[in-house]
Amino acid sequence: MTVLEDIVTDENTSGQMDVPEKTGPRTIALVGAPNAGKSTLFNGLTGGNAKVANYPGVTVETRVGLFETPAGSQFNLIDLPGIYGLSARSVDARVALSVIQGQTEAFNTPDLMFVVIDAAQLRTHLQTVLQMQSLGKPMIVVLNMMDLATRDGLEIDAAKLEEKLGVPVVAATSTRKAGRADLLKRLDEVMASETTLQESAAEEPDLRHVQTTARQLASEVILHEPGLNKLTRTLDNILLHPVAGTFLLAAILFFVFQAVFSWSTVPMDMIDGSIGALSGWLAGVLPDNWIQSLLVDGIIAGVGSVVIFLPQIIILFLFILLMEMTGYMARAAFLMDELMLKVGLNGRAFIPLLSSFACAIPGMMAARVLESERDRLTTILIAPLMTCSARLPVYTLLIAAFIPPTAVGGLFNLQGIVMFALYLIGILSAILVAFVLRKTLTKGETQPLIMELPTYKMPDPWELLLGLWQRAKIFLRRAGTIIFAVSIVLWVLISYPGDTLRTSFAGMIGRVIEPIFAPIGFNLEMVIALVPGMAAREVAVGALGTVYAVADAEENTQGLAEALQSAWSLPTALAFLAWYIFAPQCISTIAVARRETNSRGWTALMVIYLFALAYISAGLTYWGARSLGL
Amino acid sequence: MTDTITIRDLKRGEHASVTGFTDAQAPIVRELREIGFSEGDDIEVLALGAFGATPISVRLNRTIIALRGGEAAMIEVARR
Ligand SMILES: Nc1nc2c(ncn2[C@@H]2O[C@H](COP(=O)(O)OP(=O)(O)OP(=O)(O)O)[C@@H](O)[C@H]2O)c(=O)[nH]1
Ligand SMILES: [Mg+2]
Repeated sequence: MTVLEDIVTDENTSGQMDVPEKTGPRTIALVGAPNAGKSTLFNGLTGGNAKVANYPGVTVETRVGLFETPAGSQFNLIDLPGIYGLSARSVDARVALSVIQGQTEAFNTPDLMFVVIDAAQLRTHLQTVLQMQSLGKPMIVVLNMMDLATRDGLEIDAAKLEEKLGVPVVAATSTRKAGRADLLKRLDEVMASETTLQESAAEEPDLRHVQTTARQLASEVILHEPGLNKLTRTLDNILLHPVAGTFLLAAILFFVFQAVFSWSTVPMDMIDGSIGALSGWLAGVLPDNWIQSLLVDGIIAGVGSVVIFLPQIIILFLFILLMEMTGYMARAAFLMDELMLKVGLNGRAFIPLLSSFACAIPGMMAARVLESERDRLTTILIAPLMTCSARLPVYTLLIAAFIPPTAVGGLFNLQGIVMFALYLIGILSAILVAFVLRKTLTKGETQPLIMELPTYKMPDPWELLLGLWQRAKIFLRRAGTIIFAVSIVLWVLISYPGDTLRTSFAGMIGRVIEPIFAPIGFNLEMVIALVPGMAAREVAVGALGTVYAVADAEENTQGLAEALQSAWSLPTALAFLAWYIFAPQCISTIAVARRETNSRGWTALMVIYLFALAYISAGLTYWGARSLGL
Repeated sequence: MTDTITIRDLKRGEHASVTGFTDAQAPIVRELREIGFSEGDDIEVLALGAFGATPISVRLNRTIIALRGGEAAMIEVARR
């Protein structure tokens, strides 16, 4: 996405002629401690939609956007991963430092830095400012989160700070417009004054000395410094409690799974109903020929069977976003740290793993914040075991078709329990695999944990809606592109040349690999769906939709779930579920693993071990279920 | 001064101030300094993990930082 915005930025600027003397816009880098609000400011200034969330290490790659000051100068703004100081140990910090120091091909050396710090943590964050100052670049200090500092009763003499630092200091609240106009005005002033650069320090300043100076300065400019935010203190007393906190985390996760199931039934039925009505109507008005079949049995059956799951995806992301925006995510990582320690992983690895419940791709990228390469590698390798949102359609479809909604213990529902179990098996195997890897291939010292826990923040409803809308768009775009294309191609391959599936092109291809899957109970239809399903997991659902719609075209249109009920045995269905816990049926995940590990070997290892686990567990499930007489 | 203790020795709710680091040369000390631990800073133990007292949530001035027992044992403190 960065590349894309890069191109957009370039296009915008190449047509620009009225900037005298200078070739193209100047470059500004957003620098500062993690979670200080750099990306929020970036979005505010450029109108971009960089990911913002309330935990350190959200931004792990660069992003560029364009903005203009009232005086009419244009600037390229680069959003960077957060750094506390100048020693870069993790991948993301290395990226940030190399951009600041002009050591990358991708960007011009920044002409200026916006150093963003959390005003409420001025005492600690001032040392970040001083370290950045030693780089000798012009800068403007953004005292961000002023709203929170003021709420807590913190009083800062910004004018004095500016005088002492010798650089402009702007108080701002990036989530709102507060301070933005001031920032732009100061920027114009700095640019007009053509300040001569200070010599950058020959060698890095002594950190201890920097700290002493920072603390002294803090004491001079902080007029009133109250204690820690009360709400955060109270909430942490409960949420980080070793017993109550852990119990609450489990309860929250369980509640999420139940909600994904139960809250979605009504909207899903509505979508299902409209899709059924649409295909019924089309079947009525169109002549009974191949066009009708392509539309109804191919496209609508394929795309429709996936679109139904939109409500579930939205509900899942609602909870993930809430956890990210409130600051609970970092607490979850804290609670899980002991387990991570036992497994041999860095506690911060929990955040990438938790984001992998949305999708393994951002999860793997978030692993860049881990300092040890071994940790990062292990995290990348196990990220696909976290049940990503694309598995929801597969799981839900099969659970709805094969697991009765029996009440269990008066409180729970068997379907929800099976779903929870599928997630749990994924998590437990991830723990197991990590443990084995850390004992063998990625052996190394146990890693430290040094992670800031942000204060709790109230999620902005508008931001939340925007985040959900983005996720919905991604899901629908996939349905409208990949699944749409697969449905058409598959319809052709199934409909010709023969009359039955077995004699169609798809059948011929499927029969080649069918023998591989026959021992674990998969039938030809499933095998055919698995092939395009390599593109993405939910594509398999679309493919099954098309396969069974074409097969059952003569009968009255029935839902995919009913079709599966009559076509599959219970052991087969369970085996398919077991397969999907592990199988790396997602090309983009594999591609990103390749990019992030920068190694064919590790990528191959990941793909092979996942397929092996998938095959073995599907086989065990199938034969186990059969021997139980299911 | 009395014998040196570290954050690891503190109980939940105890206040202290940072006096130094057990091994000033250790690479991890640079990391601890960068995130903010510095001589004279005011700290307080906010939360502890269930077993073995790790991880530890420490208030450092107005910042909260989570550490594992190993890192906590590197930061020398004096009780307030
Ligand atoms: N109340 C308030 N919240 C803010 C402000 N600026 C940012 N936030 C919130 O602070 C959190 C962190 O913001 P980000 O913009 O993601 O921070 P970042 O500096 O980009 O963080 P990294 O990418 O992790 O380095 C988010 O929850 C924001 O909504 C502000 O001025 N006031
Ligand atoms: Mg960011």
